[in-house]
Amino acid sequence: MNELANAIPWLGKRNPAAARWVVIALALAAPLIAMLFGKTWVRILDFALLYVMLAIGLNLVVGFAGLLDLGYIAFYAVGAYTFAFLASPHFELHLPFWLVLPLGAVFAALAGIILGLPTLRLRGDYLAIVTLGFGEIVRIFMNNLNHPVNITNGPQGINMIDPLVLFGWDISRPIRIGEEITINSLFLYYYVFLAFVVLSIILVQRLQISRVGRAWAAIREDELAAKAIGINTRNMKLLAFSLGATFGGVAGGLFAAFQGFVSPESFSLMESIAVLTMVVFGGMGNLAGVVVGALVLTALPEILRHVAVPVQQAVFNQVLLDPEVLRMLLLSLAMIFMMLLRPAGLIPAHSRYSRPELVVGGVAGEAGK
Amino acid sequence: METLLQQTVNGLVVGSVYALVALGYTMVYGILGLINFAHGDILMIGALVALEAIRLLQLHAPDLGLIPTLLAGLSISVVVCMILGFTIERTAYRRLRNAPRLAPLITAIGVSFLLQTIAMIIWGRNYHTFPQLVSTTPIEPIAGVFITPVQIVILVVSAVLMVALVLLVNKTRLGRAMRATAENHKVASLMGVDTNKIIAATFIIGSALAAVAGVMFSSNYGIAHYAMGFMPGLKAFTAAVLGGIGNLGGAMLGGLLLGLVESIGAGYIEDLSFGFLNSSYQDIFAFIILGIVLIFRPTGLLGERVADRA
Amino acid sequence: MITLLEARNISKRFGGLTALSDVSLTIRKGEVYGLIGPNGAGKTTFFNVLTGAYVPEEGEIVFNGTELPTGKPHEVVASGIARTFQNIRLFRELTALENVMAGHHIRSRANPFSILLQTKHAREEERLITERAFELLRYVGIERFADTVSKNLSYGDQRRLEIARALATEPQLLALDEPAAGMNATETGKLRELVQTIRHDGVTVLLIEHDVKLVMGLCDRLAVLDFGRKIAEDVPAEVQKSEAVIAAYLGGHGTHKAGATA
Repeated sequence: MNELANAIPWLGKRNPAAARWVVIALALAAPLIAMLFGKTWVRILDFALLYVMLAIGLNLVVGFAGLLDLGYIAFYAVGAYTFAFLASPHFELHLPFWLVLPLGAVFAALAGIILGLPTLRLRGDYLAIVTLGFGEIVRIFMNNLNHPVNITNGPQGINMIDPLVLFGWDISRPIRIGEEITINSLFLYYYVFLAFVVLSIILVQRLQISRVGRAWAAIREDELAAKAIGINTRNMKLLAFSLGATFGGVAGGLFAAFQGFVSPESFSLMESIAVLTMVVFGGMGNLAGVVVGALVLTALPEILRHVAVPVQQAVFNQVLLDPEVLRMLLLSLAMIFMMLLRPAGLIPAHSRYSRPELVVGGVAGEAGK
Repeated sequence: METLLQQTVNGLVVGSVYALVALGYTMVYGILGLINFAHGDILMIGALVALEAIRLLQLHAPDLGLIPTLLAGLSISVVVCMILGFTIERTAYRRLRNAPRLAPLITAIGVSFLLQTIAMIIWGRNYHTFPQLVSTTPIEPIAGVFITPVQIVILVVSAVLMVALVLLVNKTRLGRAMRATAENHKVASLMGVDTNKIIAATFIIGSALAAVAGVMFSSNYGIAHYAMGFMPGLKAFTAAVLGGIGNLGGAMLGGLLLGLVESIGAGYIEDLSFGFLNSSYQDIFAFIILGIVLIFRPTGLLGERVADRA
Repeated sequence: MITLLEARNISKRFGGLTALSDVSLTIRKGEVYGLIGPNGAGKTTFFNVLTGAYVPEEGEIVFNGTELPTGKPHEVVASGIARTFQNIRLFRELTALENVMAGHHIRSRANPFSILLQTKHAREEERLITERAFELLRYVGIERFADTVSKNLSYGDQRRLEIARALATEPQLLALDEPAAGMNATETGKLRELVQTIRHDGVTVLLIEHDVKLVMGLCDRLAVLDFGRKIAEDVPAEVQKSEAVIAAYLGGHGTHKAGATA
């Protein structure tokens, strides 16, 4: 939060307090601003927040612990399918979301441990390939487990998933205030997702500035040296993997409820890569950067979609680059150029795994900067 | 028994394509320690460029004849891929040689997706029918086993290329320089080896092999597609790890073995899983093998070539 | 004098090469113990066996009366042995303070749940770790750089930081792998003072060094390795007289067989 505020050009350095209020105001008013451009944009914002959650979770694995996970979207899928199985007509189950969402998180965490146990001692690049394979296996199963027993309903996916119901209040229905005003459910979802994002940020920040966060950073920087100061690297990596997966699982559950249907198509390798690009683009290991990266890289393709298509129509009389191609182009170029030109990401972070201000007089070292 | 023989032949054919691609992975890994994610996509570009060239030739020089057309298309695609491989190394990887370890890997993933996107822009999302210039009609069955002329060509060409590569690496000046560079960049450059040139050469050779593999792959299955490089790429990497990464012989052995396991496994998966899984699960064999190898024998069957790599 | 560490008949082979052959030595509580030898004598191999990085083919190490686990570096640290590296290995992107704080890992208890809930215990522990880390930075004399990213520190300060990080694990035995390597005379002098302070404060020090002068001046006792065998173990004055040692250092091959262990 503070980091986000500090990242605002000019204002962030001059008046941090004001900058903080700007961030809060923007976060609260965003859907109203988006509404000016139409309901679609509020929906895009909702999705952006889901991507923020995913990016926060993946950042924990890639950015903090330095483990390149290319199958992260599988955990999102586990969360989403758990929700779909337990709260839809597919199995005639309609469990409440406060039960289903945590279950999805637990299953995702278990999947993380199952994947991590045998693979986490592998070299970084091998780990990347194995996790990629894991993501593909999960997708192959989602696609084919409709036979001989129908579990996933195959490529068609599962429909009519229950929406979020908070304290008996179905947030997929618009609220009517008097005769005139109705609040669209897209707004309600926005604020629910925002709450989840804020909670995620707080939790992840607590982890970052703790012995756990420092252990992750140590493993990322130099695994041998981490072992030499007594860090049980295997357990710590496993912890990063399962906690990261947990965030993916929760985001997946929210996604299923929000969208009302899930299918294997939403969990392709491209999505894993997209989330990774958001992390890389914003700045690995840097929460503020990751949040901004996710927002920018969700919004930009949509803006392109709405701008580039009409422009191409006008200029060439046809659509040469369809929106999906534009998105892939944008993501792949972002990944390459960030690594080549600005490897620390959009918002390069000052290392932040401690709070020296906890100790009075401890910051005497400022002069040494 | 006949099924088994038939699947063995099919497996060897697919396996030799994997082996050719695996050689590219293993050479680059041996020298740079980098998994060149984009290598599978070079195969794809190779197939699509050949397709385009053959189409044009058939349109403008219809009298050329099948084999000359195929050879011309293949040559064009090989040249394009060599240039592409060189360009990728030069622009994307070279600057990251001393960067933190995740940086080149992430860049390679980016390059892979960039190539797919470019292919999508040029050739669209559709599956293209690849002209079958070598017949895919099986010849007289031998011992009940069907084999097509294109499969025979694939086996022969792969064998020739592999032998040629082994000779190149072991008998020529370039090969000696490649081995020296793989062992130690600094020492090699002190000994007067222009390591930049050697690394570029490695990419160029690997890309040429991938282009040939792509053309053979598409000739066999009769299709080409912007995303066709992903699976063979991943499987070829698996093959390289299975044989022992950095090890040329290992890549070949790994490729053939993986092709066999996959092909025979797909034939029996239904019986093995009591009807629960069917051949649409064929692709998971590669991942399972990869997992098992990395966990129990991460140095591969023939061992990593840490010292004498390339 | 109480024995702190006893290595018994350690042998370590790599393929056909015997890096350590039947090495036994004893380190007493509170002393500075040196381990020297020509290049390739097996010093670093011994170091790696001691700290759990290598599993020896034969032999065992008894520390504080209990056998040390082999091949498990983090458990070795937990039982009270800390190390530094010959080619400094800091967490480069972390600040000096954070490097030392990371060193407190095994001496702190907060688990993910208490951290996520920020329980009173977790917060108090975090404050204590920060405080202790500052103290250690002050102890090695680089508290000015607490907030500096460690890769930007000077070479000598990086060495000091690495020692502070090792001390953060609260070791009984601090093992330094060629700490003076690459240092100039002034820096070496300061290092000598630091080692003496550390010993004075009750931590036993094992020093692996190339710099014979430093070792002779600093160590209470020392052992000499040559071709993977111990050829001497005694106080510096005696070791200097040993013919086997002189032969080994002057490059006489095979002569070490003549001079039995001192």
